[in-house]
Amino acid sequence: MSAASTNQRMAALAADLKTIGYRLAAALAICVVLTVLSDVFLTTNNLLNVLRQTSLLFLLASGLTLVILTAGLDLSVGANIGMSACIAASVIKLTGSALLGAATGVGIGLTIGLANGVLVALLRMPPFIATYGMLWVVHGVTYWFMAGTTIYGFPPGFRALGSGYFLGVPIPVYLMFVFLALGTFFAQRTTYGQEIYAIGANREAARLSGVPIAKRLILVYAVSGAMAGLASLVFLARMNSAEGDIGEAFTLPAIAAALIGGTSLFGGVGTVSGTLVGALILTLVLNGMNLLTIDASWQPLVTGVIVLLAVFFDTLTRKGGEARK
Amino acid sequence: MNTTIPLLELRGISKQFPGVKALDKVSFAVYSGEVHMLVGENGAGKSSLMKVLCGAYSADEGEFFFNGEKVAIKSPADARKFGIAVIFQEFSLVPYLSIAQNIFLGREFPARFPGMVDHARMHREAKKILDLLGLDIPTKTLVHDLGVAQQQMVEIAKALSQNARILVMDEPTAALSDRETERLFVMIRQLQSEGVAIVYISHRMAEVFSMGDRITVLRDGKKVASLLPGEATPDELVHLMVGRSVDRSYARNFCQTEGELILEVKNLTSANGVKGVSLTVRSGEIVGLSGLVGAGRTEVARAIFGADKVTSGEVWLHAKAHRGGPDKAVAAGIALVPESRKAEGLALIRSICDNLMLPGLPLAFPSRLYKAADARQIASALIDRLRIATPSSQRPVRLLSGGNQQKVVIGKWLGSNSRLFIVDEPTRGIDVGAKAEIFALIDQLVSQGAGVLMISSELSEIVQVCDRSYVMRDGRIAGHLSREQLSEENILKLSVHHE
Repeated sequence: MSAASTNQRMAALAADLKTIGYRLAAALAICVVLTVLSDVFLTTNNLLNVLRQTSLLFLLASGLTLVILTAGLDLSVGANIGMSACIAASVIKLTGSALLGAATGVGIGLTIGLANGVLVALLRMPPFIATYGMLWVVHGVTYWFMAGTTIYGFPPGFRALGSGYFLGVPIPVYLMFVFLALGTFFAQRTTYGQEIYAIGANREAARLSGVPIAKRLILVYAVSGAMAGLASLVFLARMNSAEGDIGEAFTLPAIAAALIGGTSLFGGVGTVSGTLVGALILTLVLNGMNLLTIDASWQPLVTGVIVLLAVFFDTLTRKGGEARK
Repeated sequence: MNTTIPLLELRGISKQFPGVKALDKVSFAVYSGEVHMLVGENGAGKSSLMKVLCGAYSADEGEFFFNGEKVAIKSPADARKFGIAVIFQEFSLVPYLSIAQNIFLGREFPARFPGMVDHARMHREAKKILDLLGLDIPTKTLVHDLGVAQQQMVEIAKALSQNARILVMDEPTAALSDRETERLFVMIRQLQSEGVAIVYISHRMAEVFSMGDRITVLRDGKKVASLLPGEATPDELVHLMVGRSVDRSYARNFCQTEGELILEVKNLTSANGVKGVSLTVRSGEIVGLSGLVGAGRTEVARAIFGADKVTSGEVWLHAKAHRGGPDKAVAAGIALVPESRKAEGLALIRSICDNLMLPGLPLAFPSRLYKAADARQIASALIDRLRIATPSSQRPVRLLSGGNQQKVVIGKWLGSNSRLFIVDEPTRGIDVGAKAEIFALIDQLVSQGAGVLMISSELSEIVQVCDRSYVMRDGRIAGHLSREQLSEENILKLSVHHE
């Protein structure tokens, strides 16, 4: 019996690896190409730099992944970063307490996420529209709050969150692995995670199976908001300054990371670990373009092509699964 | 009616689907200016015949004659060519377009500039048709703002604008009030006087006899009678409709003793058309909820389960008042096997294991920590017990056959401590062997003390399987039949309008 269950466990592990295996292989291939093309790529400094950039993108995209698993979407994460960072910055300036500022940042993020959750789950607005409206509202409030000013210069203790090292590895990278573990645990090892997948796969079937849809939806939007709040702190600590439009460039790359990582916008399919690999691929490519001094104006085009390739690949393999029978 | 050559005649039409003969050598003729009633119980072949008429199905064998000339109807375009128009129960109108735009959808009048539409002419033409039908509504009104009866009139106007000579109507009065029904009848009489032939499907005996010039009865895909209204009484007509060939492979021991009360529904009314329904289900019995398609059976199931909004009335479970959505219902021990297993019962892209575990997750893992290996063991045991044919519990449900999928939909409730099972069309679209297994499973559930409320459109299933049955009509309980009274004829008598 135990041998059988070990076998099953191995089979499940193999299946998990297979789903992200192709993507890991792609990431490795990119690394090989960049090592050949650039002398700088395979240096400790550059690799740590890649990991640090990946970690910020991943922190944001991990919460978003949970939302997308329910066949939802959160377009407000970039605006969320802006507001959370600006208010956290002003709290740190006012009180001098990094801890209080950090708590405020996560709290603001969580609140925006809860508001999204209420719009989607209780008022039954389509997620795209609810979070799109929220994007503008949050932007608007942040602009009003900042009134064109910049807040800069934070205590070193706080700045370590973004630019500090522990044992030679950037602090955000530790955060990335902590939240990879937490996110994977939540999605795969709790009944909540199972229910979230079920909602995304067939919301009505999940509802008629007794899954409390509204509670679960509010939960995932709240988590996505809180993760944006956390990401805003890492970003703020790294930049050492906050402005109203600080988060605007983050929303679409975060969605791209989830999609490249194999999460389906139709819901029910995807993993948090896949999103990590997606964020890594995206960061590697952009890093490589920098190293090869390719003009930055090509970055959006390249990102778009990678997203389309990843989604096309998923369409192929999933259809294949059906045909194999 | 005074011509001797039928406007349209079908001879020896057969249509085979995997496992069922939907139409078996049916012959059917309709004359100009005649209202031809088509009656039969659920699944008798009325819809199939209608679909053959309008070209949606192509018949396997048989011939069509139009005005005495042999023709072929193989596609909807063919049907339109001969002036055949069908008005389905679900309308095909676009809500946010005007009446005129809907009537001429896809056939707009071109204006002088290419790509532009001559709106003035469109509204003029639409007005002509509405006048013909005696309808006094501005043609610019959006269909969205019309009542059901008016929408139906627009459908008829659309058909007439295509020069329909044969109008097929599927239960046109089902959603109409008495006054609207009267207006429809006036309109039908008028169309009739203009020589339009009307094929009219109905379950309401009163209108079958008052409106019909001729009545054709279908049963089991065969035409069993074609008669004039004076030649039979309503009771005799019902008698002709029942008696489908049945499969006797699932006999069971009926409930002998009266078990404890599990469910008591008092005066339940829902926003979705349940009107003051009261019923009970006891431990150890299978209670039928019978009636024709559209009588409100599914809506009762959904209202009890909390899936639809209940506007008034009470649900009592184990002598305690129960309220709330599906999550509360599941926690209180109600299981629902929904009508549409693909849309409502299964997460098709997820595995058998995931689907089987879903309702019972809080019970199997009270700590909320999900252990995949435990889940697989529980699922494997259920797969064995239900005899689901699959090499692995990790296989996506979409790859299973219909019968095996249905076993998953029922099986997922076995791990949830349910005492009341509401099963809605549990054997729809599955083969005979799987049907017998499903009934054996349901029988096993009641013998272990559960109560079952079973909805089925197959009268023979209700008669064979249920300890007693309620019969619904128009959102209400039309009657209750004890085991001794339970027969297809008695169910049908209560199902149809009968005065």
